Amino acid sequence: MLQAEGLRHTFGRVVALDGVSFSLRPGQTLAVFGPNGAGKTTLLKVLAGLIRPQAGAAHVSGGRRAIGWIGHQSNLYGHLSVRENLDFWAALYGVPAARRGPRAAEVLGRLGMTDRAEQPVWSLSRGLVQRAAIAKALIHDPSVLLLDEPFTGLDFAAAAELRALLGELRGEGRVLVLATHNVDEGVELATDVAFQRRGRFVHCAPRGERDAAQIVEAYRRAVTDG
Amino acid sequence: MSLAQRGRRITLVGLVLLAGVYVRALAYTPMERFQGPAQKIFYLHVPAAWSAMLAMGLVGLSSVLYLLLRDARFDRFAAASAEVGTTFSLVMLTTGPIWAKPIWGTWWTWDARLTLTLFLFFLFLGYLLLRSAVAEPGLRARYSAVLGICGLVLLPFIHLSVYLFRTLHPQPIVLKPSSPSLPGDMLITLLLSFAVFTVLYVGFVTQRYALSLEREAQGSGDVGRA
Amino acid sequence: MGDLLAQAWIVARKDLVLEFRTRTALLSAVVFTALVLTVFNFGRDPTAVATIDLAPSILWVTFTFAAMLALNRAFQLELENGALEGLLASPLSRVSLYWGKGVANLAFVAVVEAVGLPLFVLFFDVPVGSVLLPLIGVIALATVGFVAVGTLFSAMVIRTRFAELMLPVLLLPFLIPPLVGAVQVTARLLASRPLSESVGYLKLLAAYDIVFVSLASVLFRFTVDE
Repeated sequence: MLQAEGLRHTFGRVVALDGVSFSLRPGQTLAVFGPNGAGKTTLLKVLAGLIRPQAGAAHVSGGRRAIGWIGHQSNLYGHLSVRENLDFWAALYGVPAARRGPRAAEVLGRLGMTDRAEQPVWSLSRGLVQRAAIAKALIHDPSVLLLDEPFTGLDFAAAAELRALLGELRGEGRVLVLATHNVDEGVELATDVAFQRRGRFVHCAPRGERDAAQIVEAYRRAVTDG
Repeated sequence: MSLAQRGRRITLVGLVLLAGVYVRALAYTPMERFQGPAQKIFYLHVPAAWSAMLAMGLVGLSSVLYLLLRDARFDRFAAASAEVGTTFSLVMLTTGPIWAKPIWGTWWTWDARLTLTLFLFFLFLGYLLLRSAVAEPGLRARYSAVLGICGLVLLPFIHLSVYLFRTLHPQPIVLKPSSPSLPGDMLITLLLSFAVFTVLYVGFVTQRYALSLEREAQGSGDVGRA
Repeated sequence: MGDLLAQAWIVARKDLVLEFRTRTALLSAVVFTALVLTVFNFGRDPTAVATIDLAPSILWVTFTFAAMLALNRAFQLELENGALEGLLASPLSRVSLYWGKGVANLAFVAVVEAVGLPLFVLFFDVPVGSVLLPLIGVIALATVGFVAVGTLFSAMVIRTRFAELMLPVLLLPFLIPPLVGAVQVTARLLASRPLSESVGYLKLLAAYDIVFVSLASVLFRFTVDE
């Protein structure tokens, strides 16, 4: 369960969030589309508790422990192996020592990275680093996943794989919030769609029966008019 | 009346009063028996030191208030106070040696209070340098508040550590447990001079504060930027 | 409390593993220390001043510079792949993060000092055998002070311009009280004077450690949280 109520935040004179409210139940995936600088990253950071909003509040049941964070960067230590990274993050998220090994094996298996576990992160390709970052975000079995531009830098096949994985995660009853500037990516995952412009949600509704092309069209209109 | 105008008036009043105090100091206050005319600089040196200390104390205090209340006014005030304090410490550091050369026979000595004022100056400089090295207003305000508080806490330690060396400096004259040891006329002149420097401090800070406000209004978004 | 310490240890252990794995930073700091000691040998006139008189200053100026070098890289580690952001999104408490980084820094500086001290004894033929334990005690007291403030400041300077320059400018004034205390106690120890003569300075060192570890533990979160 995730709730945002009247979020507002500014950086100097730039309004990054302006009266953003929504709430999501398990199994819902909100895709936030918006041009660069619309405030998508700020929104995710507020939801993750990285930024305290100047007004309004965000609430995730279970707190930080329930959130899986996938930011612009992998958050992984290059000189630690994938397994060591997972072990470190699992410990930070309070996964008991005895559970960490099996949990890491499970997540790595799911992401098809079992054979890469002992490799240091710096030696991995961009696509594999992104997968390792997702493994890190899943290590503590979070009920909410926050993803900031997760498709950036992935080739066509890798992006398709990621979409399939995220679909599975949604199916498991997790809440996903996905921010991207590219509507084509991620639109088929969404149960709910929001368009953000200059900090505001100019549109926020269930996807319903609309297909990708209709949403792209609606986005063009919402972001370009006025 | 705008803030800047008010600041200019206060400063003007302060300067006129300063001239008055100096007329009193030079013409109507008795000559110190051992030090002769050199002692007259003392009516500039000691109050400048007072204002610099006052400035640091208020930087520390407004830093605490900023971190507690997150009100940009405290940050703006701290920045203004630090700049004015830098100026006063410079006055103190230049008038000191001018007096010390004829009286102590040396321009500089590592005496306890001299060292303390030198470090006060370094702290102000570090504070202003830190402000100029951070671009984002919120970040700058938090960082400088942390430094301001640490600086204020550091001063007693510096004092203590250099005090453990033997000291040459004339002992505190006004705030001594026994009754003040300065002859009445000199004491009154000194106290007047303290008052005048406090007025000057208020005048300068008010103007500097108004200047930051003006710059922010011009849209540079630079809170309290030098 | 136990939880805070456990979390701090997770962070510290990760830093130590990383440090040991790459080793470049540690080796550079050790080589740097050896070089500074060598420079001191040529930066004095052995016929004019007895080594034993200069020895405490040589030791402590070297350790101060080495500590500064070590502290500069403390948070650099966390910028790689944006790991700091991940730490802040996790349930890790800010106090634990500060203590964890502090412990890792302490270990780093301790290793450098452990190599520096024998080199110092070797190069300058200083008799430390009989006072080794108290000397190590003083080194520990002063180093805790260095690291307490240094860890706090290094978390700030990583996000400023000219970070490598900014840290020494901000930090050096804060190293003066522990430096003064350490030099004085070391001088008395090397001159085989009883420890009772150093009580004042030892109290200064202990008070500094207590005050700044506490203050930095409180202030640290303002340097990382928005």
